[in-house]
Amino acid sequence: MSRLAATFEALAESGRKALIPFITAGDPKPDFTLPMMHAMVEAGVDVIELGIPFSDPMADGPVIQRASERALAHKMSLRRTLTIVSEFRRTNQHTPVVLMGYVNPIEAMGYEDFANAAQRADIDGVLTVDLPPEEAEECSALLKARGIDPIFLLAPNSSDERIKKMDAVGSGYLYYVSLKGVTGAGHLDVVDVENKLNQIRGNTGLPVAIGFGVKDAQTAKTVAGLGDGVVVGSALISKIEANLDDQERAKQDIIKLLTSMRQAMDSV
Amino acid sequence: MTEKYNMPDERGHFGPYGGMFVAETLIPPIQELNTAYQQYLQDPEFIAELDADLQHYVGRPSPLYHAERWSRELGGAQIYLKREDLNHTGAHKINNTIGQALLAKRMGKTRIIAETGAGQHGVATATVAARLGLECVVYMGAVDVARQSLNVYRMKLLGAKVVAVESGSKTLKDALNEALRDWVTNVDNTFYIIGTVAGPHPYPAMVRDFQTIIGREAKQQCLAQVGRLPDALVACVGGGSNAIGLFYPFIDDRSVKIIGVEAAGDGVETGRHSAPLCAGRPGVLHGNRTYLMEDDDGEIIETHSISAGLDYPGVGPEHAWLKDTGRAEYVNITDTEAMAGFHALTRMEGIIPALESSHAMAYTMKLAPTMSKDEIIIVCLSGRGDKDMQTIAQREGIEL
Repeated sequence: MSRLAATFEALAESGRKALIPFITAGDPKPDFTLPMMHAMVEAGVDVIELGIPFSDPMADGPVIQRASERALAHKMSLRRTLTIVSEFRRTNQHTPVVLMGYVNPIEAMGYEDFANAAQRADIDGVLTVDLPPEEAEECSALLKARGIDPIFLLAPNSSDERIKKMDAVGSGYLYYVSLKGVTGAGHLDVVDVENKLNQIRGNTGLPVAIGFGVKDAQTAKTVAGLGDGVVVGSALISKIEANLDDQERAKQDIIKLLTSMRQAMDSV
Repeated sequence: MTEKYNMPDERGHFGPYGGMFVAETLIPPIQELNTAYQQYLQDPEFIAELDADLQHYVGRPSPLYHAERWSRELGGAQIYLKREDLNHTGAHKINNTIGQALLAKRMGKTRIIAETGAGQHGVATATVAARLGLECVVYMGAVDVARQSLNVYRMKLLGAKVVAVESGSKTLKDALNEALRDWVTNVDNTFYIIGTVAGPHPYPAMVRDFQTIIGREAKQQCLAQVGRLPDALVACVGGGSNAIGLFYPFIDDRSVKIIGVEAAGDGVETGRHSAPLCAGRPGVLHGNRTYLMEDDDGEIIETHSISAGLDYPGVGPEHAWLKDTGRAEYVNITDTEAMAGFHALTRMEGIIPALESSHAMAYTMKLAPTMSKDEIIIVCLSGRGDKDMQTIAQREGIEL
């Protein structure tokens, strides 16, 4: 069983939901990421989504765009992101790490080289925003052959047919984008999300993590009541952005937010 | 080879290029668009409306003009100019925006968005939106807003909202990113009119189909005027919509040489250029796989060209395919050479070309003398140069 599957299974057994933070590798500086990952694990997160910086993040709002720009300004890359995960694994073998990003850096490395490097770094899942199942066959097969879960997105306008397709090609979990828009945008509508989750559940047995629009402990708690996991990204990166001259403070603020989310989610 | 060219496949692939590389939220609207586009392409009423608009609103057919004096001066092949500069709004862009806007109307969309670099596609979009009474938002890189203020004003006069994009390199590619973000947020009522043969399937095929009017007319006109097919076609390639529009109807005519001209900026060897087919490598950007300007890590790098309309790090996926198969050849022309082409056409024929088109003119000046006097080159004069007066004067140290 993959580390992701085991994590979601253990959570389900204890009646808890996964808290999944997203940060961009190398933001605001390359040396920030590794200690931040360890600190987030201490704060009680279950899975870490690590963003691969990209020059043209088309599905992201301004907060995550700027995170990519800061990381790229420090020459962060896919290779260096993999190195960070390798270092993380020296002392942590239990927290699943999912790489999230756009396909071009992966294409530039080559699908097979990337799959091998991801396996060496002990990556658990790869979510490529602009690689829908229609285009993902080759890359997904290489990842699966190495025990890495290809993770796919679902959207508010995904049909039953589409959800079934994701169920067939994806593994680990499915990531439900709770609103039509980019990361960090607007407020999610609880009734809409609930209705959609019912439809999704009817078409897949995979765990469903919900992201986009999770801003604070309250939304985390609400969303935890609907899905199997809660993804929080822009709200964390806003803490980095608010403390660019004080990385220690950024780290503390992120931990504070994640701790409050963890407590709120566990009190469901 | 007798098999007829028939690209892309049903999933939008031109060999390894093209495709549908978008986030999940955009899959349903892209499928909806593809269905509508396939349906209306076969609909005689839609085609009749499009043809009538192209004739009476755009002013088609555009002339195929024999540049006799310039041909004589160069001493080689006979040069014929396909006069897309004479279209309403001054460039080929409107062939496509008319088509897509009619499609938007049929699909019941009330809001139009577009990206623009030099502003020509933005103006062409704002124009048709005004005519059809549709809300229009145009995304434009902040750098381009500053250097193309005249076109920004034209778009505003036409009732469009122009949004200056401050992210990334603040140019065309970032405007495209921002338009995609808008679309993903407003998919229900919004139609995204992409200006070139890029983006996810069906855009590269759809924009091509709307632009093939250029090549269909040119072929007919050449046969009528000269009595035979041309020997070579030349067109500038940024995203490549005017080029594919001219080339496509000739792809199966193997005797016709096809040449696309990319922007070499300061020179391909300097790295400061916009010539992905000549000096880039395959990758994925803006919904399709094609040749890109990127670094070793797959990050998109900044491009350079004197012409804002060619200042783009990618190129239409069909051009990537035509390059790999050898059916078309892609060459490049520097800023300085393009300026020479600009002046030559202006002084020899009394036609002021756009800086984009000037790249095609500059390559024609190299090509024509190598050919015999009874050979024929058709060059796409994709747009007129009025919009570039400021840029040209500035480059030549003249204050207007």
